[in-house]
Amino acid sequence: MTRTKKSMWLARIVLVVACLLFLSPFYWMINTALKEAPELSVFPPTLVPKIWKWENFTEAMGYFPFWRYLGNTVLITVLSTIGSVASNFVIAYGFSRIHWKGRDALFGIMLATMFIPFPVTMIPTFIIFAKLGWINTYLPMIVPSFFGAAFSVFLLRQFLMQIPFEISEAARVDGASEFQTMWRIILPLSKPALSVVAIFSALGTWNNFLGPLLYLQDEKLYTLSIGLTAFRSQHDVDMNLLMAASTLVVLPVVVVFFMFQKAFVEGMTLGSIK
Amino acid sequence: MRQTATPNPTKSGFLGRMSMTRGEKHNFWLGLLFVSPWIIGFLVFLAYPIVSSAYLSLTDFTGFGTPNFVGLENYQRMFQDEIFYKALQNTLYYTVLAIPIGVVVALILAFAMNQALPEIGLYRTILYLPSILPAFAVSFIFIWLLNPKFGLVNLFLGMFGVPTIDWFGDPEWSKFAIVLLAQVGAGGNALIFLAGLRGIPKTLYEAADIDGATPWHKFRFITLPLLTPVILYNIITGLSGGLQVFESAYITTGCGPADSTLFYVFYLYNNAFRYGQMGYASALSWFLFIVSVLLAVLLFWWSKRWVNYEVVS
Repeated sequence: MTRTKKSMWLARIVLVVACLLFLSPFYWMINTALKEAPELSVFPPTLVPKIWKWENFTEAMGYFPFWRYLGNTVLITVLSTIGSVASNFVIAYGFSRIHWKGRDALFGIMLATMFIPFPVTMIPTFIIFAKLGWINTYLPMIVPSFFGAAFSVFLLRQFLMQIPFEISEAARVDGASEFQTMWRIILPLSKPALSVVAIFSALGTWNNFLGPLLYLQDEKLYTLSIGLTAFRSQHDVDMNLLMAASTLVVLPVVVVFFMFQKAFVEGMTLGSIK
Repeated sequence: MRQTATPNPTKSGFLGRMSMTRGEKHNFWLGLLFVSPWIIGFLVFLAYPIVSSAYLSLTDFTGFGTPNFVGLENYQRMFQDEIFYKALQNTLYYTVLAIPIGVVVALILAFAMNQALPEIGLYRTILYLPSILPAFAVSFIFIWLLNPKFGLVNLFLGMFGVPTIDWFGDPEWSKFAIVLLAQVGAGGNALIFLAGLRGIPKTLYEAADIDGATPWHKFRFITLPLLTPVILYNIITGLSGGLQVFESAYITTGCGPADSTLFYVFYLYNNAFRYGQMGYASALSWFLFIVSVLLAVLLFWWSKRWVNYEVVS
């Protein structure tokens, strides 16, 4: 074998092993989700359920209001994604398409803020929202997304810088205001980058655990994240049901991933390389 | 838009020349208007909270009523608090373990994915997908996956004669179990490394081939130096993730066993929201703020010594 062929086979072996390892948690989840309760305590554990108990999924849904939590999570995700796309686009536009004094210094400050971990601001932020009477509402999870996020601004700015400035110049000669230029010309051109920002902020909200943990105490308002946590504390021993519920929680993300695979993969690498 | 508007940047400070032409003035206010959502967000959700927690850290605030000023008492208490040191130590241990493991796993996957295999799309999907799944759901799965008696991992290791490990129940293993859990996200980092690998100009390798370089030399003197910016990016995200590790421990171990997974943010959370010690928790959060700023500066300084920015296509 030539050296290239050898290294291709080596890569293939590494990847197949890695894929098996990466799939194993989800295999174990589904395997357990389909088992009958008595089979859970069989030792050694069985690799395939003896009886495939599909009813576990409906039973799990009966144990916690899955559809309600799904609806709550979707609501928060949609609203905060709208806020995030709108605000990050306008902010990134201001940091890239308009030349003004102090712009780059301010942009530098914004990048530096990415180093500040959220827990640093967690307590005063909680107090602000509590004073506003926003505990047990979705506002603490939604409103901040209307004020931009440093990483998304950075990502969009990189993209907006690449759009030729002659386009804006031509629009201006034609008498368009900055807002018109942004709305009618730059926005349509930015769709690929905006969809990446939309997908990642949606994902961030969907997967958010700490926010709902801090702000939602009323069970009716729970998101899937703390709904699942509550499920576990109530049904600790029913591992098959917990795994069925976990499958239900993971599934929407998997579906969305396959719908927008390209934007997901691009988004992962867009911001990282300079 | 005219691109000529950058005046001499060495001139006085933040706004450059203080006097602006009419056009510059117009653009200045227009620019500020566009970025104003961020400025408001910065003031309300970042600047004010940092100042506010500095104040709260000097009080005995419980979460209710009016805070009383107690001076540096909280900080004195912090430096005598054994659990504080324990939490700090746990977090450090976790971070020091998680960063190199994360980088190496992601690098191996990226190198493998860099081969021109026809079925590469399948591997990429399988490896990447877990990294976007909710960490809380993955944590629940790991509770069962790493179960000492009924988990797949011990079943598998048992086939090789490895004795049963109580991953989340044994203080010796619990932190490693959480590092293991974090590797579910390695596929995402691998894609970032892969993009870095593909950005290395082919001509460099061709030139090295002509000079008779071995694969190891090519890795050591071309690939690795040109990947250093991506490695730095990974260290930055790993460091910030390591300092903030909370969610997976909250779900899997609940800070046990024997406080072995009581991480810093976990302790901060407990003080603020479970023990009604908002003042003390604010001192903890200010300490975290100072540590992150110091680490950022240190990392920036250190990265100058080994990160290579010269040949980036």
